[in-house]
Amino acid sequence: MADKIFRVNMTDLSTSLEDVPADWAGHGGRGLTSTIIAAEVPPACHPLGPNNKLVFAPGLLSGTAASNSGRISAGAKSPLTGTIKESNSGGTSAQRLAKMGCKALIIEGQPKDDVWYSLSLTPEGVTINTEDELIGKGNFAVVEGVEKRCSDKIGILSIGQAGEMQMSAANISVKDPDSHVRSLGRGGLGAVMGSKKIKFIALDAGDAKVDIADPDAFRAANRAFTKALVDHPVSQALGTYGSNVLVNIINEAGGLPTKNFSAGQFEGHEQISGETMHDIIVERGGKPKHGCHSGCVIQCSQIYNDLKGNYKTSGMEYESIWAMGADCTVDNLDQIAEMDHILDDIGIDTIETAVAFGVAMEGGVLPFGDSDEMIRIMSEEIAKGTALGRIIGNGAGSVGRTYGVTRVPVVKNQAIPAYDPRAIKGIGITYATSTQGADHTMGYTIATEILGVGGSADPLSKEGQIELSRNLQIATAAIDSTGMCLFVAFAALDDETCLPALIDMINARFGISLNAADVTNLGISILKTEHAFNQAAGFTNLDDRLPEFFETEPVPPHNAVWDFSGEEIDSFWNF
Amino acid sequence: MRIQVKLFAFFRKGRFIKEDRELPEGSTAGEVVDSLDIDREEVGVLMCNSRHCGFDTILQDGDIYAIFPVIGGG
Repeated sequence: MADKIFRVNMTDLSTSLEDVPADWAGHGGRGLTSTIIAAEVPPACHPLGPNNKLVFAPGLLSGTAASNSGRISAGAKSPLTGTIKESNSGGTSAQRLAKMGCKALIIEGQPKDDVWYSLSLTPEGVTINTEDELIGKGNFAVVEGVEKRCSDKIGILSIGQAGEMQMSAANISVKDPDSHVRSLGRGGLGAVMGSKKIKFIALDAGDAKVDIADPDAFRAANRAFTKALVDHPVSQALGTYGSNVLVNIINEAGGLPTKNFSAGQFEGHEQISGETMHDIIVERGGKPKHGCHSGCVIQCSQIYNDLKGNYKTSGMEYESIWAMGADCTVDNLDQIAEMDHILDDIGIDTIETAVAFGVAMEGGVLPFGDSDEMIRIMSEEIAKGTALGRIIGNGAGSVGRTYGVTRVPVVKNQAIPAYDPRAIKGIGITYATSTQGADHTMGYTIATEILGVGGSADPLSKEGQIELSRNLQIATAAIDSTGMCLFVAFAALDDETCLPALIDMINARFGISLNAADVTNLGISILKTEHAFNQAAGFTNLDDRLPEFFETEPVPPHNAVWDFSGEEIDSFWNF
Repeated sequence: MRIQVKLFAFFRKGRFIKEDRELPEGSTAGEVVDSLDIDREEVGVLMCNSRHCGFDTILQDGDIYAIFPVIGGG
């Protein structure tokens, strides 16, 4: 059965199944969401108005047996940044969409009345239902309620209270294999879903399976690919300590943003580190190793239990722990786990929200390190939509503007994550030039600058950083189209069998003959499509800049400043 | 001379987190790795005073020296 575009119009509550246009056939994941947004969304539209569209797309390999291929992409014009946005996540939804033959789900329009809806997708198409019972509820109650109504086999995409209230940091939750949630985290896509008045999307693929053009070639390529992933030492460390293994090394390098980006090392780093987290998890009978989707062979997620040994949260990432930890000077992992759970339930980005708290602390709203007050504000203010809750829920930039703070770490109004660009300069180029606002995943130069994967580059030197960021941003755009977890990149950078095996799988899936140059060209064309959308939305090269304080405030211990000229940054786009 | 050695991730198993060591003048970063029975092949990153260094780096009195296995995340 040929894949279809599933389209939903929320203005007239109509649905349709459409053939996939020839131009879109070679795309998946981010490449497809960005292509559709660029083709169908007026760049100058209001992100929360009827002319914006919310697009979900599984990757090219999602739904197959390919290891680590369970990522889903969501795209729209972002209410946080005003740019094009793609956010991706694990969980079970990519596989459900791919198996039901959904190349992409496009949600357009906006209901005129004040009625909430849900969507239900099967291989036959989409139905729209009104929803009352779960409105106002957090994501965990939504997952439980929808599973009770349907079955625990279905995939679920949902928003919490933050999405209902259209906060700019609201995310979209994706049910994971244990009926907990992962997040389409960054850029406020939950607010776009809320603006369409959709509380959740249920995905029931039944027994449908993905067609493979050449099953034997596919199996052989997947074997080689899986071996490359499993054998790489980074994969092994990720399965033991999670991505939080980074706290100590980034701290040691002097690039761990601390106390709202006023220092590069955090006294309490050991207490929030991956090593400590691993020991706590084991001691309390949790799981240090856990996959966010079936077919993951890296398993960087974890099950974190509370003091009594009861489940508290899973999938705590380095960036979330850094943001709630070092950036707010909180050195208690149990408090961080509690906050992670609350933010998942409310459905709001952990990075944006915690960086917003760091700015609020700078502005005197609450003291640095006061995690009890953070928890109270999350539960009592953000979840309930008070004025303070909305100020924080609209992100770090919103807090800075409201309280007159000048040290506001954002690019294109999106919070800068866990790596200080003064002490790790290549990542600053990614923050500045990314088509999505500050986002480390768009071109993860940390691999080369700090971790020694894929070569090496001096993090305190400008040399080679623009080219490094460019090459990684191009490669990332391509990987984000495959449905692959970005953590396959460590093996791909070091093991020469990895990338060819990945390309062989795509070829065997579709019966085509891509080569490495085609994949690079795909990445280039995605970046150019996204950049052109942003320019048409009014962005210029002057938006590709870091906040002024990075140039004027040296960050200890290296006392480094951000010293790229505008001209140097602009040369990023010379390709 | 006296330097502080810090270990991370699974290098800590059966060893230590942080320890001060007396070393002969001219000791290299690689020699400290060897003295800890860490296979050089397993080393991902070495840092001396928060800057990356190599096995040949000659350590100085008062240095803070960190040894990491191959790790990643993001």
